[in-house]
Amino acid sequence: MNFENQGVIKRLADQYGPENLAVVLGNGEASGVEVFAETVTQGDPSYAGPLAGVALKIPVYHVLEEEVMAAVPEKLREEKLQLSSLVIDVAPMQQVLQAAREKL
Amino acid sequence: MLEGKKVIAIGERDGVPGPVIAECLGGAGLEVVFQVTECFV
Repeated sequence: MNFENQGVIKRLADQYGPENLAVVLGNGEASGVEVFAETVTQGDPSYAGPLAGVALKIPVYHVLEEEVMAAVPEKLREEKLQLSSLVIDVAPMQQVLQAAREKL
Repeated sequence: MLEGKKVIAIGERDGVPGPVIAECLGGAGLEVVFQVTECFV
């Protein structure tokens, strides 16, 4: 996750409290998801960004996970997410994110 | 799960972009406090 966004997330966590936040990702591939999840739960794994050593423990989801999709009004879901859900394989990302959430 | 949470939407250019996540979750009645689209090259 780029440093600028890490800085914004840190500021939002200070402002609202990390327990009041959730991160929702839109990654197209599973490869980046684990790093994103680790960054906002345990801290920046590269130890270089503003979240290095900062374990915010913010729960992370993918927008195409069933429980997130279910909260989106049907019309919006059909217009905005249906096509993505056909081409993005969310299952491997869900496994990673579920494991990250269980560790919180 | 997400009820009552303030949402940080981190989209991806080759996946679902941030504004789309924000629009969908806003439509679900959630407060999106930050949205961005990251790009992996």
